[in-house]
Amino acid sequence: MQTFFIVAILVLGFLITFQIAKASEYVAVIRGEERSRKQSNKINGFLLLVFLILGMIGVYYCNEKLGGKILQFGSSASNHGVLIDDMIKITLIITGIVFVITQFLLFWYCYRYQESDTRKAYFFPHNNKLEIIWTAIPAIALTVLVGFGIMYWFRITGDAPSGAMQVEVTGSQFKWEFRYPGSDNILGKKYYRNINEATNPLGQVWEDSTNKDDIYVSGEPMHLVVNKPVKLIIGAKDVIHDVGLPHFRLKMDAVPGTPTTMWFIPTKTSKQMKEETQNPEFVYEISCDQMCGQGHWSMRGEIIVETQEEFDQWMAGKKPRFLVSFPELDPSAVKDSAAAAKPLALNSGK
Amino acid sequence: MSDATVHVQQGAAAYDLHHDGHDHDGHGHHHQSFISKYVFSMDHKTIGKQFLITGIIWAIIGGLFSVLFRLQLGFPNQTFPILETFFGHHAKGGQIQPEFYYALVTMHGTVLVFFVLTAGLSGTFANLLIPLQIGARDMASPFLNMLSYWFFVLASIIMLSSLFIETGPASGGWTMYPPLSALGQASQGSKAGADMWLISMAMFIVSSLLGGLNYISTILNMRTKGMSMTRLPLPVWAMFFTAVLGVLSFPVLLSGAILLLFDRNLGTSFYLSDIVVAGEVLPNEGGSAILYQHLFWFLGHPEVYIILLPAMGMVSEILSVNSRKPIFGYMAMLGSLFAIAILAFLVWAHHMFVTGLNPFLGSVFVLLTLLIAVPSAIKVFNWLTTLWRGNIRFTPAMLFAIGFVSLFISGGLTGIFLGNSTIDIHLHDTMFVVAHFHIVMGVASFFGMFAGVYHWFPKMFGRYLNNTLGYIHFWVTIIGAYLIFWPMHYEGLAGVPRRYLDKSIWVSFNKFASLGEMITIVSIIVFAVQLMFVFNFFYSIFKGRKVTTPNPWGANTLEWTTAINPGHGNWTGEIPEVHRWPYDYAKDGRDFIPQTEPVGENESKH
Repeated sequence: MQTFFIVAILVLGFLITFQIAKASEYVAVIRGEERSRKQSNKINGFLLLVFLILGMIGVYYCNEKLGGKILQFGSSASNHGVLIDDMIKITLIITGIVFVITQFLLFWYCYRYQESDTRKAYFFPHNNKLEIIWTAIPAIALTVLVGFGIMYWFRITGDAPSGAMQVEVTGSQFKWEFRYPGSDNILGKKYYRNINEATNPLGQVWEDSTNKDDIYVSGEPMHLVVNKPVKLIIGAKDVIHDVGLPHFRLKMDAVPGTPTTMWFIPTKTSKQMKEETQNPEFVYEISCDQMCGQGHWSMRGEIIVETQEEFDQWMAGKKPRFLVSFPELDPSAVKDSAAAAKPLALNSGK
Repeated sequence: MSDATVHVQQGAAAYDLHHDGHDHDGHGHHHQSFISKYVFSMDHKTIGKQFLITGIIWAIIGGLFSVLFRLQLGFPNQTFPILETFFGHHAKGGQIQPEFYYALVTMHGTVLVFFVLTAGLSGTFANLLIPLQIGARDMASPFLNMLSYWFFVLASIIMLSSLFIETGPASGGWTMYPPLSALGQASQGSKAGADMWLISMAMFIVSSLLGGLNYISTILNMRTKGMSMTRLPLPVWAMFFTAVLGVLSFPVLLSGAILLLFDRNLGTSFYLSDIVVAGEVLPNEGGSAILYQHLFWFLGHPEVYIILLPAMGMVSEILSVNSRKPIFGYMAMLGSLFAIAILAFLVWAHHMFVTGLNPFLGSVFVLLTLLIAVPSAIKVFNWLTTLWRGNIRFTPAMLFAIGFVSLFISGGLTGIFLGNSTIDIHLHDTMFVVAHFHIVMGVASFFGMFAGVYHWFPKMFGRYLNNTLGYIHFWVTIIGAYLIFWPMHYEGLAGVPRRYLDKSIWVSFNKFASLGEMITIVSIIVFAVQLMFVFNFFYSIFKGRKVTTPNPWGANTLEWTTAINPGHGNWTGEIPEVHRWPYDYAKDGRDFIPQTEPVGENESKH
């Protein structure tokens, strides 16, 4: 019923508008087209000026209203995020100035030079000096932007520091899984044909001994240590996903078949962020930023940034995936040492 | 037989050069049935109108899709039982289902980018304006021109039918990235819908190539006497560069689409490697999903300019005519068009900064991308100077042209954020991107198209569009466009990813609910006003105020030297000769001097 009323009102409003428009055309013909054309010219010239003023007020109002909801400058929780915020700031200042000047000129000229019988248009087909000036100025401004941009870009995409902690992130419809390299700090090899959601969710190659201490984490947040560089090794099982970390200002695609990497230093613990944002609900979220199917909008992961002690404590409760897959080989659970020496069992995942 | 006689009389004004040698009855008359005049027409003007009307139909469909998914975005918790009535299980319980949501988003993008803003915009105005403004009787090949339209119809039919198949249309986004678009197991829309999308696009590319080759050869070979390249009106130059871009880049998309079809149906592994989908281990190894993105964006980025350049060209013309002043810096306008056309090919990877692209390569693309801002800035400054000290008439066309410049500035400046890889890391695939490209490519190009329609409607149909409706159309659309897309940048700056149909589960993104509602309501109003424009369009074809003078805007270009309703062949007598550039407005105290007027002895030089 409500829909019906809305449609009825729309149709009615449209009919009225149309009748007025039609009538105004007839009136124009009767009163002399030239005269009514000039009148509507004045109205539109005035409206363009009004649009400029209201538009600028609107820009300000919009910022007042929504400015507090965006990620604030200085709230970035990673070292790279600071650079990115700086770059946004520089760009915002330059483009802001250009925006105000050009929009002002556009609408002001429209108002100022609207048709008038007392004035004639000025024949002004070209002027090389002006062209050179306004080729050079944007070129200089852009050199600044490109310079900073590329400098920051290389810093952000450069090699991770050698002591960086590694975490592997794997996306699949519509979840995130993580893997830590364990005590050897080496992530073991994997091969996608080994993947079995029940016994070997990442497709680890068990023959590779560096795999034996790798910790697999799923269904719970990724844990990171504050102020410790971390290198994410990112992959996907099925379609392209994207690891989006808005609070760290970072993003990297997860492409099946082509691993990607991204490193950063988390600079604020989750607790700190809760205080800073005055939001007790605050969590670092991983959003999928690449269209990946019908669950794309809900492909959510979490990160906890904590101190080294807290991290170690959490890690101590984790068992390598190898031992989860082969509980009979777990020395703490299986007393029979003969069973542990049965390497043939390792191939069962293949 | 009597029917044929009637048509001979109706076609009396028609002059058909292609039948000059034969079928000649001494008066330049020519048999034209309804079919050959309105359906399988070879008259460039009719083909232009066909593109425009088909484009309008697509725009209504594509626009309606956006209204539907905006309903979901604005009111995620509300149900609309009427949706279930129309869409059945796609909108179970009156709520748009995720798969349907993504299908709507995909089709909205595909339809608007390709079918409306490529075919509907450059198909319409390249066809209409090129022969009329260069002084040719028709395109170099009217037959290929007709084929170009009918391939577009074929593409349209295939795309339209994909909406009605059981698994639904393609739903992987308008970019159709594999592996998502390659694997039926990954998404409903990647079943038959994706094949139909790819085949439809292949047909569309054929259409675009036939059209583009024709435009290029017509402009290069069929200019009237005296019409040197530097006397061409700017819309023609813009169409020329558009056609060159299309001819060089669309084949690359075709190859991308065909390889994807192979991967989907023939078991090849161009884009597929190391995939386990829905528990099934696929045999494909060694492909690269990123390869498709390179092929796609090698077209995809020039495509942005294929959409934008015709609008720029028409806006330049309309600004000049209605300011009663020459376009400022004609040669600089040409140079910047040329620079944009070249750079358009060298920036595609800025869509791929976060795909794991080599950082050095990324930095090269940053440089080239931001370089585009220079010719763009030149254009803006030249448009502003064209207005400066003019004597401006605010026809609806002029208002839309002014609106175009405003939107182009706003959207262009946000491009400087996204083209910078450092910022792109954060803003990539957020609502900021959506806001940016809708303003600069979507709405701005629509404004160029509207400007063109209002300006050349008298030439197309011999009648005017209703002015009052035109003014309402303009004001509601520009205010609406800014209300919809300006605040969207803030969502992006908060990190809200695009293509999220419900943000309530996200701690970081759930604070824009009232904004979403506002945007949805405004989009419905704006959509309703576009329908009003469509009504104005069709009503005015038949009932609009009649044009009484061949040159209603006091313009210099050749199309206004034809009869009010020109027949096939455009000029009944000789094709006029051209003696000057098209922008002699306000020169030597004269309001305008048409291109056909010889240069006077005492005329000042410029």
